[in-house]
Amino acid sequence: MSSDGAQALLTAIHASCHHPWTLMEVCGGQTHALLRHGIDRLLPAQLELIHGPGCPVCVTASEQLDQAIALAEHPGLILCSYGDMLRVPASDGRTLLGARARGADVRVVYAPLDVLAIARANPERRVVFLAVGFETTAPATALLALQAQAAAIRNLELLVCHVRVPPVLDQMLSEPACRVQAVLAAGHVCTVMGEEAYVELVARHRRPIVITGFSAEELLRGILAAVRQLEAGEHRLENAYPPAVRAGGNSAGQALLEQVFEPVDAPWRGLGVISAGGYRLKAPFDQFAARPDHAVGWAAAPESTADCPAAAVLQGLIKPHQCPHFARRCTPDQPLGAPMVSSEGACAAYHRYQG
Amino acid sequence: MTLPDDATIELGHGGGGRLSQQLINGLLVPAFGPADGVLHDAAVLPEQAGRLAFTTDSFVVRPLLFPGGDIGSLAVCGSVNDLAMAGATPLALSLALILEEGLPIATLRQVIASIRRSAAACGVAVVTGDTKVVERGKGDGIFINTSAVGRLEHSLTIHPRAVRPGDAVLVSGDLGRHGLAILAARNELGLRSPLESDVAPLLEPVQALLAAGLELHGLRDLTRGGLASAIDELARGAGCRITLEEAVIPLHPAVDGACQLLGLDPLALANEGRMVVLLPEAEADAALAVLRRFRSEACRIGTVGGPLEQATELERRHPVRLRGNLGVLRPLELGRGEQLPRIC
Repeated sequence: MSSDGAQALLTAIHASCHHPWTLMEVCGGQTHALLRHGIDRLLPAQLELIHGPGCPVCVTASEQLDQAIALAEHPGLILCSYGDMLRVPASDGRTLLGARARGADVRVVYAPLDVLAIARANPERRVVFLAVGFETTAPATALLALQAQAAAIRNLELLVCHVRVPPVLDQMLSEPACRVQAVLAAGHVCTVMGEEAYVELVARHRRPIVITGFSAEELLRGILAAVRQLEAGEHRLENAYPPAVRAGGNSAGQALLEQVFEPVDAPWRGLGVISAGGYRLKAPFDQFAARPDHAVGWAAAPESTADCPAAAVLQGLIKPHQCPHFARRCTPDQPLGAPMVSSEGACAAYHRYQG
Repeated sequence: MTLPDDATIELGHGGGGRLSQQLINGLLVPAFGPADGVLHDAAVLPEQAGRLAFTTDSFVVRPLLFPGGDIGSLAVCGSVNDLAMAGATPLALSLALILEEGLPIATLRQVIASIRRSAAACGVAVVTGDTKVVERGKGDGIFINTSAVGRLEHSLTIHPRAVRPGDAVLVSGDLGRHGLAILAARNELGLRSPLESDVAPLLEPVQALLAAGLELHGLRDLTRGGLASAIDELARGAGCRITLEEAVIPLHPAVDGACQLLGLDPLALANEGRMVVLLPEAEADAALAVLRRFRSEACRIGTVGGPLEQATELERRHPVRLRGNLGVLRPLELGRGEQLPRIC
């Protein structure tokens, strides 16, 4: 990164910003980059950043984790997921890492197709993949389902917890209490899905949305574009991440999603059920849907633990360090809630970069 | 007494009977001596004048063989480098092997040859050792422990407590190659890397720094916790804050790229042939000139700050701070010791 370019953008933001504005960056990766570079401390004082819900680990519903842990404890079953998921506390505070320590076969994978190899190598065992993430990782899960079907794999099950960004933005921006005046959309999601859904959101909510990248310079470019629109009283969809995002997105990725998944109302941790906020497998791929452990109630579990105000953090109502437990009872090594666990969680970012 | 290459380690190779003798006399004595083949329970070292340094380290790397090295070269360099961090020249090395039943003799032979080569390169002999065998599934091929004793041929006190406010912080080369080489060799990430591990003895650069008459205050080799752990320990040991300049910390583009892709922190990636050097600011340029004879990427990365007694609570919790590219300071956080890639 050229810090000269970043300095010039910072100067331009200071010169352009004449009123107090509240922006929300959607993605947890952006939150981490903002804090890592200290951009939050270099911006004009009247510019407030609210950290959005774009951390897939943080928003995976606790009842889905309860289900994953219950499945992992089935003798002989292999449960696979991404590393960060292993440390997230479920509704009763238990984790997949704890299940592994008690003898469950819980494995970390880095890519969904790794699960196919595990299923092939263990044909006599149930292999369940806890699939989480946004539209960025869902196509890879779709590819796994397609390949499993083509290879007639019978012992693979998918516990699909994929979530969709536009519906949750739609719901958040519809809340009367929502303070967000402009949105920095997550560049990676738009790389796959393109601009269309965001054009609709801009029209419906009459607020600027700027597709923004993840480096210091890209973030500053997104912030500058949002501030200029706000100051000019405009609301447009603007692409401040043009090298990566084409208007139509990645058509191959979209085709995979279309073929394997359909939108479904889905629970988001801390935010409740979001209309069309998730994906589920559609026929014939629903043959891979994980057979739930019926001992675990899907609806009974609370949204988040009583002690952890993660919901307020995820909605931008409080900043992580305003939580009474921040860096006291709740640390990355002893997390009370998901945003302190994930490498993209807002609480983890504040703990890491501002202590 | 020969050990066929297609044989494997059996429990009896550690049992003290005929198989043990075959292993010792067929493989270990030819590699390390003694020349007359007569073994004793303890090695007796020649009389030494002055201060001695003593260190021990255990090695459990997976896979055993990786680009740029293997568990054998690691086991020698690990202990020799620990001695070098006290400015000591190694006199003798011990070698304890814990082998897993089923380990191919060919692999063991390769590792023993590597230990021999590395020890010879450091001018040190393996003078005592031990071999045990555990059942299949109870080890991971080979675990190694080495201990080393060395002689101090200088009068400096090289120790975290000798570090002073205002000292310059230098690093002897680029960071993270060992961690990346191991990740790539495990083949779990579908990651291909052109880089080899940086595993190497640090004896020569330390001796060159001493020969240049520099007033070394602190030395620390960067191992499994990377620069982050080493510099944090040094700061706590010295009781001083340390500020690092992120923009100048040397990284090979392949390490930088892989870290960005996988969400890893290059400062927490393992190294096996790099060190940090802390010494008076006035001697920083002279020390860099010496270090660059060995690795051109050696550079100054920071400065030791004031005592922690006068620091804020936050600074005491995070004694090392990193100045980012935009000039903002942030606390240097240690990894949990298990780097987890991000998922979107």
